[in-house]
Amino acid sequence: MVKYIVKRVLFGVITAFVVASLTFFIMNLVPGGPFLAEKAVTPQAQAAMEAKYGLDKPLFVQYLTYMGDLLHGDMGMSLKKRGFTVNDIIRNKFPVSARLGGLAVLVAVFFGVPLGSVAAYHRGKIVDNIIIVFSTAGIAIPSFLSSTLLMYVLSVKLKLLPSLGLDDPVSYIMPVAALALYPTSYIARLMRSSMLDVIGQDYMRTARAKGVSTFKAIFKHALRNAILPVVTYLGPLLASLMTGSFIIEKIFTIPGLGHEFVSAIPSRDYPLIMGTTIFLACFIILMNVIVDIAYAFIDPRIKLK
Amino acid sequence: MEGYLVDIQHEKLSFFTPAGEVKALNDVSIRMKEGEVLGIVGESGSGKSVTAYSLMGLTADNGKILGGEVNFNGHRMDLMTEKEIRRIRGKEISIIFQDPMTSLNPVYTIGNQIEEAVMVHGDKTRAQAKERAKELLTLVGINEPDKRLRQYPHELSGGMRQRVMIAIALACEPKLLIADEPTTALDVTIQAQILELMNDLKNKLKMGIILITHDLGVVASMCDNIAVMYAGEIVEYGTTDDIFYNPQHEYTKGLLKSIPKFQEKEYSKLVPIEGQPVDLLNPPGGCPFAPRCDSCMKICLERKPGSTEFETVAQDSQNRFINGKHYSRCWLQEKKKFELNEGKEVVR
Repeated sequence: MVKYIVKRVLFGVITAFVVASLTFFIMNLVPGGPFLAEKAVTPQAQAAMEAKYGLDKPLFVQYLTYMGDLLHGDMGMSLKKRGFTVNDIIRNKFPVSARLGGLAVLVAVFFGVPLGSVAAYHRGKIVDNIIIVFSTAGIAIPSFLSSTLLMYVLSVKLKLLPSLGLDDPVSYIMPVAALALYPTSYIARLMRSSMLDVIGQDYMRTARAKGVSTFKAIFKHALRNAILPVVTYLGPLLASLMTGSFIIEKIFTIPGLGHEFVSAIPSRDYPLIMGTTIFLACFIILMNVIVDIAYAFIDPRIKLK
Repeated sequence: MEGYLVDIQHEKLSFFTPAGEVKALNDVSIRMKEGEVLGIVGESGSGKSVTAYSLMGLTADNGKILGGEVNFNGHRMDLMTEKEIRRIRGKEISIIFQDPMTSLNPVYTIGNQIEEAVMVHGDKTRAQAKERAKELLTLVGINEPDKRLRQYPHELSGGMRQRVMIAIALACEPKLLIADEPTTALDVTIQAQILELMNDLKNKLKMGIILITHDLGVVASMCDNIAVMYAGEIVEYGTTDDIFYNPQHEYTKGLLKSIPKFQEKEYSKLVPIEGQPVDLLNPPGGCPFAPRCDSCMKICLERKPGSTEFETVAQDSQNRFINGKHYSRCWLQEKKKFELNEGKEVVR
């Protein structure tokens, strides 16, 4: 187990290095630069700025410098948010996005898993059809539409919830709901199909023959066998939701990391692009390791080697 | 009705499938005393398992009992709700299945699964259930029960898993154990061990057993009575000796002929029963076996035969479970009776 984790972490570091290198060179291939858009910049001033941030040096030298700093955990200064290091930005913004995304994942699992299970158990009946219709809709509706709809109904018309920010617990409801809609629906569908498979297994008949109640048969005997596909999906899902959603953060005016991630690209804030990308990559790698370890705990037949 | 552990009378059961109504059971009647071992033999799709499953309410969702009565230990199983049946399943009546490799839940330990069976009925604590689980494992001949309780199904062999299934089935000391082809998925030496174990337990626990199989060798060694099923009907019923030494129905005779014999010449061919099993979507009007029967008469194709009773050959005083009944459903037998009675009347 320990050996396996060490091995996976080493591979993870290599993957992160490859991601960082690729991002660095591709980012620099894109035309434009961080100081071009600003008004009334004399060529001298621009050259001075570039010299200050080391952008005048050859690309490969820049790469080596960046990687060297990265090894020391220093991701550089933001070019646009003057006075902030990339580390600061991630440290300040990530908790906001993580809380929101984590809540959304919890909601998705909490509703998606039982809904899918119930649908599978009542296959072909009305309950099943209702759940299928809603989960299909949940997958098809884009988040900007669902969030504006929510905002229109709950904030503008009914005036129940605040439409902006994350100042009090109530204000989490709408963004979390909008974020969770897609994964809830997706998990429900995943769960339904794997549950259908499990319900037909011989050991479910054994459970019935023992006199076990339907509830226990489904939520003890079937659930643990059927949940693996959902766990697989949870890894990347956690990573993508916890690092923030640009659309949701923009609509609800939430100061999260997703917003930084996207807006860094058009403004050519090179260190911030690098920082957020590497952070996301590491997060995904970490989540996948956790998912693989979780496998072994859920299904004793899976051995980590 | 009293005095019988199992009393199924004229049960009719159909499965409703997209292709139509499959008439799986057609007028099946079975009686069993407490502690009796009944063998049900027949080919695939003859209704052996369906009969046993309907006795414990485990019929698939699309199956419906359309007529008759299913009595078990004083309960009308065919009239009970799922919730009521659940209190009986695993407690008064248990089952072991054909394939022990897939019948245990792969993600829970053996201990967890046996303890669950112990705790579902009754009010044992976890610690008591664990003790009982150890007892059960010892009973079914598994060594080092403490270690086994912590193991997962995939860490055990097929024979071991079937022993665990038996332990689960015996958890609440049922009055009836249904064994649905318990040895089919096991290799021969393990088969013998499992049968020996079941024989042992039968004597120790004094429970009734319904042994479903298509292996006549298995029933011969264990059963008091045998029911031969064909196309959802019991075509012949009798003591084990009746069936093996005095078979009356042509199908039973065919089955016995098809057993490979060691005494015969090395290259003698197996004798199959020619033809195909009946299509239960459209069963024939007369005797279901008529299309495959060598002695088929005109009436066989038109009308169903009634049952004819015979003297039972087994007068074995050691075997107290023998019902002493032997009957079969065949026009040939009716014809014989008719001739014996010098044409006076057909005795039904």
